[in-house]
Amino acid sequence: MASDTRDVVVDAAKFAVPRATVSAAGDQSAPGAAIDTQTIGQVTVQDPVMTARQVSVHYGAKKAIADVNIDIGRNSVIAFIGPSGCGKSTFLRCLNRMNDTIAAARVSGTITLDGKDIYDRSEDVVQLRARVGMVFQHPNPFPKSIFENIAYGPRIHGLAPTRADLDEIVQTSLRKAGLWDEVKDRLDQPGTGLSGGQQQRLCIARAIAVDPEVILMDEPCSALDPVATARVEDLIDELRQNYAIVIVTHNMQQAARVSQRTAYFHLGNVIEVGSTNQMFTNPRHKLTEDYITGRFG
Amino acid sequence: MQNLSVIIAILGLSAMSYWLGRRRSIAVVGGLRSAAQLHSLPGYYGVLTGLWCAVPALLLLAVWHVVGQHHILDVVMSHLSGDYLTASAGQRRLLMDEVLRLAHGGAALGDVRPDVRAAAQEWIRLDALSRTAGGLVALSVSLIGASVAWSRISPTLRARNGVEWVVKLALVLCSLIAILTTVGIILSVLYEALRFFHLVPIFKFLLGTSWSPQLATRADQVGSSGAFGAVPLFAGTALIALIAMLVAVPIGLLSAIYLSEYADRRVRTVAKPLLELLAGIPTVVYGFFAVLTVGPLLRGVGQALGVAVSAESALAAGLVMGIMIVPFVSSLADDMLTAVPLGLRNGAYALGATKSETIRRVVLPAALPGIVGGVLLAVSRAIGETMIVVMAAGLTAKLTANPLEAVTTVTVQIVSLLVGDSEFDSPKTLSAFALGLVLFFATLVLNIIALRIVRRYSEQYK
Repeated sequence: MASDTRDVVVDAAKFAVPRATVSAAGDQSAPGAAIDTQTIGQVTVQDPVMTARQVSVHYGAKKAIADVNIDIGRNSVIAFIGPSGCGKSTFLRCLNRMNDTIAAARVSGTITLDGKDIYDRSEDVVQLRARVGMVFQHPNPFPKSIFENIAYGPRIHGLAPTRADLDEIVQTSLRKAGLWDEVKDRLDQPGTGLSGGQQQRLCIARAIAVDPEVILMDEPCSALDPVATARVEDLIDELRQNYAIVIVTHNMQQAARVSQRTAYFHLGNVIEVGSTNQMFTNPRHKLTEDYITGRFG
Repeated sequence: MQNLSVIIAILGLSAMSYWLGRRRSIAVVGGLRSAAQLHSLPGYYGVLTGLWCAVPALLLLAVWHVVGQHHILDVVMSHLSGDYLTASAGQRRLLMDEVLRLAHGGAALGDVRPDVRAAAQEWIRLDALSRTAGGLVALSVSLIGASVAWSRISPTLRARNGVEWVVKLALVLCSLIAILTTVGIILSVLYEALRFFHLVPIFKFLLGTSWSPQLATRADQVGSSGAFGAVPLFAGTALIALIAMLVAVPIGLLSAIYLSEYADRRVRTVAKPLLELLAGIPTVVYGFFAVLTVGPLLRGVGQALGVAVSAESALAAGLVMGIMIVPFVSSLADDMLTAVPLGLRNGAYALGATKSETIRRVVLPAALPGIVGGVLLAVSRAIGETMIVVMAAGLTAKLTANPLEAVTTVTVQIVSLLVGDSEFDSPKTLSAFALGLVLFFATLVLNIIALRIVRRYSEQYK
């Protein structure tokens, strides 16, 4: 498919009609059933840690996201919300180049971290992922001990020259992830033996251990029960002191609780970006309003 | 009336009853349109009727035949002249065989006693009578069964449940056959092995270091005293299996890692079947390869280096056996590596691990239990492998750890002990069963351990 705007509009309209109400598509856009794919709201922030400009991803011939422009601010949480298949996880995976592991995925546009293009030839993907950590939808601790799970990252990046350094890193990471008190007496037990919520916090501790600047979280609570979810959400709020956090979530209450900024994705486009407060109380785009009020999605 | 024609007739009747039963089930509810009123689909009524027609009749026929044959022989033999009743069991057996051979049209051996000839004729008469009567009874049972089942067909008859019960019974019987065969083999080997252990003490067999099963056939024969210390055989088996694993594990594992992690799809679709082709080569062909190619090659290399390599060496057999096992190891390891969840790889990549770090530190450890299980299965195959070692390893039962010398294995000895004419009460022949028993236990234990490891691994990730 060609990457011009007309194709995207046709594509969007084709998918939009059965899901969104006709009025949702009609009110905001120009005459005709097409959705306005221009992002509205506040795309940029002061002193961003990461920026994305005109980012598009194709899976083979299929376009997954189109022309995404967004800034990731320091020491704040930005939530990506939107219906399933809208491209929010795909975009998240662009930020630490996890899409590289998918042979069919092709990324275009520019993404920078501290002003440097992460898709530049000179950029090492291994270094990048050490600076942009990631937590997945399903907790995926390695089938090793709790200690080894945390120590893995520092080891491969040579962050801990001595055993004492390693012990120090493991302890701080587990403390920051709020898991230390629960596991300090059984660091040699397998990480897979923890409960689901503990496993997810272990994975967060594992990500923290390599001291990243940005942490990406792909629906980190969707496999957890409400109590474990609340703990992880508290943790995200604490982590904001030190890291920029990008969270993808299907749970709008969660987005409202943990984030300072919110971006609404719809069929591969960012429809609206703004402060979470404004997005949830006074959305400017009809699609955002419909999604947030539960008319679809 | 022959049994075969009766069986064919019953099966024909059964097919007919299927059709009749099916038709009646539709008729009792007044046509196909109202077939939904039936408890089961019409076909089930047909099958049930057919089963009632065939199964009891065939069972009866079988029982009739077995009991009949036995009984006829008893009756016939009791007509023989008085000395039969007083004869020894062996003589009775001989007379019975004589009668049966005559009755089945065999040639008489020498002079036949008139009473034996008469008994044979009596046997023929009674046998024909019994067959006719049995056939008639079976056919009538089949007709009765079919008509009873046919008349009981009603909308409330639970035909499906009945048919399913019979099907379940058939499934149970089939699995029982497999299990009972295994048990039977174990028991027969165990029985003969115990006979051997009466002749040769079990500790002498398990711990003795000298193996020379040749027995003196004459009292004055020299040098064939017979020694049944199996340690050299166990050592030879272990040596060859060890060499085989030293070849198979690295090659198999590394090729599996290449195929599952590095190879792109096109290479994989070609290379994997080619690798698995190795598993399809008959072991005899591997044997040729070992004897005609690898053996002389090693000998040549040995001469060049100034090392004596015997023509039949443990090394040649082990190397070729290792190649044979490569596909087992690589195929299983490949499955285990592919089964490692994507989430784990992603987790490692997201921490900034390189591909090789991810494979070495995350994927391999996660797959290790399964791989170990696969390797143990391969070991049990290496131990039980016969053809390659028969051709390439030699027959000399030498207790040595030098892979360049000829050694022999448990399987080779079993083959050489049982080939040719042999009497089944000499320790030489019976020792083969004792060796078989040891081999069986070794592979059984390895398999149990391997399966446990594999199972524990597969429980880890659901």
